[in-house]
Amino acid sequence: MLPKPLLALAGALLLAAGIGAVSDRIDPYFLDVLTGIGINVILAVSLNLVNGYTGQFSLGHAGFMSVGAYCAAAITLFAGPGLLGPSGGSALGQGSLFLAALLCGGLCAALAGLLVGVPSLRLKGDYLAIVTLGFGEIIRVIFQNVGALGGALGLNGIPAYTTISWVVSFAAVAIFTVLCLVHSTYGRGFIATHDDEIAAEAVGLNTTRYKIVAFVVGAFFAGIAGGLYAHFKQAIAPAGFDFTKSIEIVVMVILGGMGNTMGVILGAVLLTLLPELLRPIADYRMIIYSLILIALMISRPQGLFNFHRRNPAARG
Amino acid sequence: MYEFLQQLLNGLSLGAIYALIAIGYTMVYGILRFINFAHSDVFMAGAFIGLNVARYTHPGTFLGGFIVLGSAMLGCALLGMTIERLAYRPLRGAPTLNVLITAIGVSLFLEYSGQKFFGAAPRRFPAIFPVREFTFGGAITISSNQLAVIGVTFLLMVALQLVVFRTKIGTAMRAVSLNPRAAQLVGINNDVVISFTFGLGSALAAAGGILYALNYPSIDPLMGVMPGLKAFVAAVLGGIGSIPGAALGGLILGVVETFVAGSPWSTGKDAIAFGILIVILLFRPAGLLGKSGVEKV
Repeated sequence: MLPKPLLALAGALLLAAGIGAVSDRIDPYFLDVLTGIGINVILAVSLNLVNGYTGQFSLGHAGFMSVGAYCAAAITLFAGPGLLGPSGGSALGQGSLFLAALLCGGLCAALAGLLVGVPSLRLKGDYLAIVTLGFGEIIRVIFQNVGALGGALGLNGIPAYTTISWVVSFAAVAIFTVLCLVHSTYGRGFIATHDDEIAAEAVGLNTTRYKIVAFVVGAFFAGIAGGLYAHFKQAIAPAGFDFTKSIEIVVMVILGGMGNTMGVILGAVLLTLLPELLRPIADYRMIIYSLILIALMISRPQGLFNFHRRNPAARG
Repeated sequence: MYEFLQQLLNGLSLGAIYALIAIGYTMVYGILRFINFAHSDVFMAGAFIGLNVARYTHPGTFLGGFIVLGSAMLGCALLGMTIERLAYRPLRGAPTLNVLITAIGVSLFLEYSGQKFFGAAPRRFPAIFPVREFTFGGAITISSNQLAVIGVTFLLMVALQLVVFRTKIGTAMRAVSLNPRAAQLVGINNDVVISFTFGLGSALAAAGGILYALNYPSIDPLMGVMPGLKAFVAAVLGGIGSIPGAALGGLILGVVETFVAGSPWSTGKDAIAFGILIVILLFRPAGLLGKSGVEKV
């Protein structure tokens, strides 16, 4: 008998395969929305490890997402045809190429996370937020100026490998990893760093190291989400990964309730659905969206779906 | 040499605008310890108020110009105080992150309302001041608009300095930023002071908006985003919470950016501000003129 979390993961992966098998019969619009939700869940859950559990406010998640997106897309676009041959390869060949591309994208993003995290995690609070925002923008400007990656126009004609099964599987893996990490003995350190950094250091925890681990793991999954996004939209451009995107992810985390994975998942689902639901009143939808955001922050500062964890306001 | 001086002049006039916006960030941060993301959209609102007032004034006269400038500053001061009253005051004492997200919400609200009511397409901004070009030494050209930017900024800085150091409300502002609770104990009404600070900062942002629109004569509802971010960098560079620091940071940033834009690395113009930011935060987190505090347990 497997332990409970592993069982849940296995269940989710089976579910992913199940959905994949019947996806032909699902309405394409619905399927698109569902894929979008899945990608946002990965982004929000991975950012929650940094912002929620470890309490380090990062505003550069879209930057890591773009690193993963570009890396994965470059592999399938430039190396794919050579590896798969003129016929386009078998389904198995495409699948394993895609998996390799996604993992490469994730690793590149994790490396970027390490490079950004080591210097900037010395800072705290607002300063950290601004520095990560700055790094996110710098990553974007770099992509804008690399001719081989399409410059400001970005990459087009990326193969549409992303299916609902891929997205659900990776969302399950991301949730599983974050939950297991945080609830392990080692992971108590993340929460200790969040709760009181000075006290955590006083009992001998290396808080800088915890912050960097959280940052790197978060960036890895952001990169995976980026790869999935690239092969879902089939076209990526640097402008799509600007700081508005980062803020969108942060809003999911805060609205769901920081440090509460279930809440953050619901936050991601809600915030992906909201613009779709408001589509009939298209002209006003973003105005209403921003008003809802302000109203929620004032009336439920602990997040919409945060019921058990103590009020974060209690912390100075 | 002439080219160097010309670029320096262009840089200073851009930097003056950054400085005007940066002061708003720095004053709010000094008092409430949060980044008012909506500040850059107040800057945009200033330009749009100016555009609409300019329809009723004589273009190209000093009187008309100052009426436009004054009404934009007044309008934005009211806007800033309203934002503070409705969105930020209910969150007094809440965690910084919540206030930050609320500020982002206000920012999105202003941007999208602007797109809805003014249209998303860029609009031409009229020349509200008399336009002339002065040429020195045959090679350096300065337009009257650039002079207006530098002149108006200088006047506003002097006025601000007088308000902050020579008036009762200015003293109260400094007291609240030093220690809000102690300020309350000596009988200062913190809410009034905070409201006044927002009004003052927003008025300066509006002036920045008008001056920016004069020199880059096309305005749109998203025009505030990039200047806003850069002005924030300027505030951090100078030492956040310090008003002279914000002015200095703005000027440095404007000059550096103009020189980069004129160099072979011009495509990196937008990244340079963030590069400076990262370097300054890593080596001197308190900024050039800021004081670093010690964390107390």
